[in-house]
Amino acid sequence: MTRLLQRILGRLPVGWLQLTHSRGRLAAAIAGVSFANVLVLVQLGIAGALNGTIAQGYDLFRADILISAPDANTMTDGGNVARQHLWQALADPDVADGAALYIGTLTWSRTSGDTALQTFGIGPDKGDFLAPNLAPHAASLMRADTAVIDRMTRRLEPGLVATLSETTPLTFEGGGRTLSVTGAFTGGVGFSADGYMLVSDQTFLSLFPRRLSGAPNHLLIRLAPGADPAQVADRLRRDLGGDLRVRSMADAIAEDQQYQGTERPTGIIFGFGVVIGVLVGIVIVYQVLSTDVADHLREYATFKAVGYPHRYFISIILEEALILATLGFVPGIAIATGLYAALNTATGLPLVMTVDTALAVLAGTMAACALSGAIATRRLAAADPADLF
Amino acid sequence: MNKVASPIRVTGLNHWFGKNEARKQAIFDVNLTIPRGSLTILMGPSGSGKTTVLTLMGCLRDVQGGSVRLLDHELNGARTAEQVALRRRLGFIFQAHNLHGSLTARQNVLIGLEVHGGGASAAYVEAANHMLGLVGLGERLDYLPGSLSGGQKQRVAVARALVGNPEIVFADEPTAALDKESGRTVVEMLKALGRERGTTTVMVTHDNRILDLADRIVTLEDGRIVDDRTP
Ligand SMILES: Nc1ncnc2c1ncn2[C@@H]1O[C@H](COP(=O)(O)OP(=O)(O)O)[C@@H](O)[C@H]1O
Ligand SMILES: [Mg+2]
Repeated sequence: MTRLLQRILGRLPVGWLQLTHSRGRLAAAIAGVSFANVLVLVQLGIAGALNGTIAQGYDLFRADILISAPDANTMTDGGNVARQHLWQALADPDVADGAALYIGTLTWSRTSGDTALQTFGIGPDKGDFLAPNLAPHAASLMRADTAVIDRMTRRLEPGLVATLSETTPLTFEGGGRTLSVTGAFTGGVGFSADGYMLVSDQTFLSLFPRRLSGAPNHLLIRLAPGADPAQVADRLRRDLGGDLRVRSMADAIAEDQQYQGTERPTGIIFGFGVVIGVLVGIVIVYQVLSTDVADHLREYATFKAVGYPHRYFISIILEEALILATLGFVPGIAIATGLYAALNTATGLPLVMTVDTALAVLAGTMAACALSGAIATRRLAAADPADLF
Repeated sequence: MNKVASPIRVTGLNHWFGKNEARKQAIFDVNLTIPRGSLTILMGPSGSGKTTVLTLMGCLRDVQGGSVRLLDHELNGARTAEQVALRRRLGFIFQAHNLHGSLTARQNVLIGLEVHGGGASAAYVEAANHMLGLVGLGERLDYLPGSLSGGQKQRVAVARALVGNPEIVFADEPTAALDKESGRTVVEMLKALGRERGTTTVMVTHDNRILDLADRIVTLEDGRIVDDRTP
């Protein structure tokens, strides 16, 4: 290791030799950096899962444009949008088709506990507005009180959904009716619901008697081939009036993630956790490096008498900072990956360690450690070679 | 490298410590010209200003009054970068060894070489090994200072100061921590180096046993030169 660093640095790796000479301090520093890394990675993982689950809901549908109420900050937040706007939109020559989407949360009471199903209602003839894995189920929803369910729903035994078909459905009571579940698809659990369920618009309205057919949550719009989505969206926004949100699916997802990540308490807490993790790391590394400088003032003063310039000492401290960043990152990412798996098992949330996240955190760790080192170099001024004799 | 006949020329040197009312003059009108290749010993009672004069001549301390010409560079008003560059042409041996405890004997000596740039080359390692052999530590190359005796540590410090072929060696009581035998050995080494390479040595010492090795003995008292003789 010493030899490798010597090759990289083109000088004796004095920082490395100093760090490894006091093992206790090195261990404490590595533990501190790892801890900060774990903190940041877990917060990022959960924030990433939040973004993932947000996109997951939208991804069940296929549309070029989504029309929603002005206050519909998320898929389920805010008011409804009048269905008459659908007829207005269909009058536009570039709009090929449209569908009304109803969303509600249905509680499925089971002996093992209540399961909250985020329930989508859509016309069974609108299969082409569904994601490819959902579309084949559309026709089966024609019959009243049938449903297809998310096989990833929390606490749903795999055996229950493995054998589902139109002739061997699973039935349960919900919303005062008996639902027949005739199929399953792969959705995913979310922060607010345990799983998804898809029904026809008619079934939806009977499950949620207070909802009106004239007031769906969103309108899904498909454009004629060759139409420019941005242009049509602008036109619809103007024609429909009433401050409606008219956006592409991708924009809707991005705005939802932005909103939940920065304006909802959960998102803010995750961001705050990242900041705390970074601060903890900077403080610990600063503490270690400045103590190290203070302990070696006599050596540094000697080196100054030998003729080393100021930048030599800065490079030693930065060497130490980057070593701590690297050595702390390795256990940090290992522990965080383990925690991701544990959290995934416990909650079903999609926490995934991506290479991008890992590299970003490594780069951030190095930057934070370098910053700590830069602050610690201020103590170098106290190393005065005149005091050596 | 230009060979300067008098690498150190001190004229009218005054120095003060402290600020405002506490300001107190420690050095008074010191004049001293030291020829190349000589071994000069500074003597005098404790507190007489020997160390202060040595650090002023070695550009470890800023010159306040008077002139110090070191290797043809005026130190009064010299910029930091100029001082740092000059220090690389000097060797310092301190009373305490001041070795880096995390570095082996060889690595400590390499510190005296790497300052000249060019990275950690095999030639440097060779030179460091050779120098440690000269001070009798050829068998202790990879020892950390913590496992060397006081005399051995001081010899590593000597090796660190000499390995870069300095033009001037400044030593402040280098034999204080050594026994009679090794103390004399160190000074004899410095003297031999002066003869072979033209190295100039200025040494502060209380050690009467090595005065016979000096070319010149300068005595300070209360910050003034009171005696300057050739033995
Ligand atoms: N850093 C300092 N601050 C204040 N006074 C000092 C300092 N260094 C030395 N002195 C004073 O300057 C005088 C000369 O000190 P010094 O050069 O160390 O003497 P010597 O080395 O001959 O024992 C002494 O009176 C000492 O107290
Ligand atoms: Mg002294």
